Amino acid sequence: MPTPSQHVTAGGAATAAPPPAPAGPREFLERHFGRLLSLPAVLSIAGLIIFPLVFNLYMSLQSWFVSSTTPPKFIGLMNYVEIFGKDARFWNATWITVKFTGASVALELALGLAIALYLHREFCGRGLVRTVMLLPMVSTPAAVALIWVIMFNPSLGILNYFLSLLGIPPLLWLGHPRTVLPSLILMDIWKWTPLMVLILHSGLQSLPLSPFEAARIDGASAWQTFRYITLPLLRPSIAVALIFRTMDSLKTFDTIYIMTEGGPNNASEILNLYTFQTGFKYFHMGYASALAVVLVLFVFAVNLALIRVRERSWSY
Amino acid sequence: MELLMRCGLPRPAARWMAAAAYYAGVAAICLPFVFVFYWMLLGAMKTQVQNTASPPIFLFWPTFENFYNVFAGNQFLRYIINSVVVSGGATLLALLLGLPAAHVIARYRQRGIALGILVARMAPHLSYVVPFFILFQRLEWIDTYAAIILSHLVITLPIVVWVMIGAFEDVPLELEEAARIDGCSRWQVFTRIALPVCRTSLATATILSFIFSWNNFLFALILTGPERRTLPVAVFNFISGDEIDWGGLSAAATLITLPILVLILFVQRHIVQGMTAGGLKE
Repeated sequence: MPTPSQHVTAGGAATAAPPPAPAGPREFLERHFGRLLSLPAVLSIAGLIIFPLVFNLYMSLQSWFVSSTTPPKFIGLMNYVEIFGKDARFWNATWITVKFTGASVALELALGLAIALYLHREFCGRGLVRTVMLLPMVSTPAAVALIWVIMFNPSLGILNYFLSLLGIPPLLWLGHPRTVLPSLILMDIWKWTPLMVLILHSGLQSLPLSPFEAARIDGASAWQTFRYITLPLLRPSIAVALIFRTMDSLKTFDTIYIMTEGGPNNASEILNLYTFQTGFKYFHMGYASALAVVLVLFVFAVNLALIRVRERSWSY
Repeated sequence: MELLMRCGLPRPAARWMAAAAYYAGVAAICLPFVFVFYWMLLGAMKTQVQNTASPPIFLFWPTFENFYNVFAGNQFLRYIINSVVVSGGATLLALLLGLPAAHVIARYRQRGIALGILVARMAPHLSYVVPFFILFQRLEWIDTYAAIILSHLVITLPIVVWVMIGAFEDVPLELEEAARIDGCSRWQVFTRIALPVCRTSLATATILSFIFSWNNFLFALILTGPERRTLPVAVFNFISGDEIDWGGLSAAATLITLPILVLILFVQRHIVQGMTAGGLKE
């Protein structure tokens, strides 16, 4: 702890003009505090976060198979020409990514909003409900994906058993190109609807009460209150929930890789999966890098568009 | 409720029924979220015969054989140690690098770092795996702690920095100024004022970054081999055989999930705030 004699000098130095020359390490730290403290983070961000993206850009101009002994060969933009011009599998993966993210985020938002509205009221055991909601979203994707694989099993899985109780014939779930994507979306809804619920629920609780009282006095119906008061007031929370879910949905890899590896017939191959297979199944590193660059640009474009929309018209 | 009263029910009975209906609704909402974990636990305590029975068995005499087998048959203990070292190491490193940075961003407006962190938050991990693989292969670091811990910084550093920027911004400026007047250096303001005031956020950031590093599958899948494999990858290897060992799989999945459940109990109020840090305020 500082002594009273340091009191005057240290306090004075902060407000008065800085002394012309640093006298020792301590003064040096004081003067360049901001830069020194952020230096480790700047270096690690540059090395671990920015450099890999730039390296991808460089690798994407090469043709290189890891398995071969020949060194990388510079081929200019040929990888990109191939991706956009001839690669049907890339366009298929893009379309599946759009369907997967669009459907799961939209359904999670709708379901999350409904549940949040239902829970928006005083009742015993709210803490317990919150804990229950936290479980799916923090649980290890690899672990819960495997449990879902067990539940989706066509012959022995519990889901077909439930369907049979309802008199519905069994489904192949992950095993059929038509049902695989809805099955994966179902699992994603299970894992991530709770995040929507919790964000929107805390949003609901922070809303001012007076507009609702005014609406009640004016005799607004429940639907009118929801449509013209709750929904507009809740827009900032909805925007946050939407942006964060879209961001993370576009990063989905673990669950789909574990449950289907992109199959059957590439019917669940999102862009992440395709990039992975190109790099680590076919060892075509140059092409995988080009795909990764396209993927990053695609993700950034979607996210920035969402953030822009939010700033323009969705905030107050 | 009015409907029930119009049916001729006395008021307290109507109220009771409405409450019961409401709680039934709450239970129905929670059921699917709990069921998957319930089924996991049940599967972990069934024999292979019970697990593959049709129709599914709900009542049975539990066995702990599966848990025993997981530890006996595999190098599961090694994978647990690997996961703890990797997640612990990546979290510790992220705190060392990220805490000062977050403080500086909050107090000295260093927006460049914040932008770099946002990039890391948005970019799919796939775009990191290719360069990391090439780089660490050159360095012959594949299957070492160093490689996997460094790669996990892509996950942990953004969490720590994002959560802590918000926390440090909320520290009252008067408090820090008072400390400066009392003779604290800027470093002391950071370590003795800002950090202790933000200890709840610090706990949230630590636990969140541990959990998300613990959960990560992709980096370990590519950057580790048999020596440094982490739990998610180890569990995935359970389904690579000819016949799936359902009980073993469920037991292993239960063992991975358990530490997370314990961790979230400490900070559950703050988890959502932490996960959406940077989004809920401008």
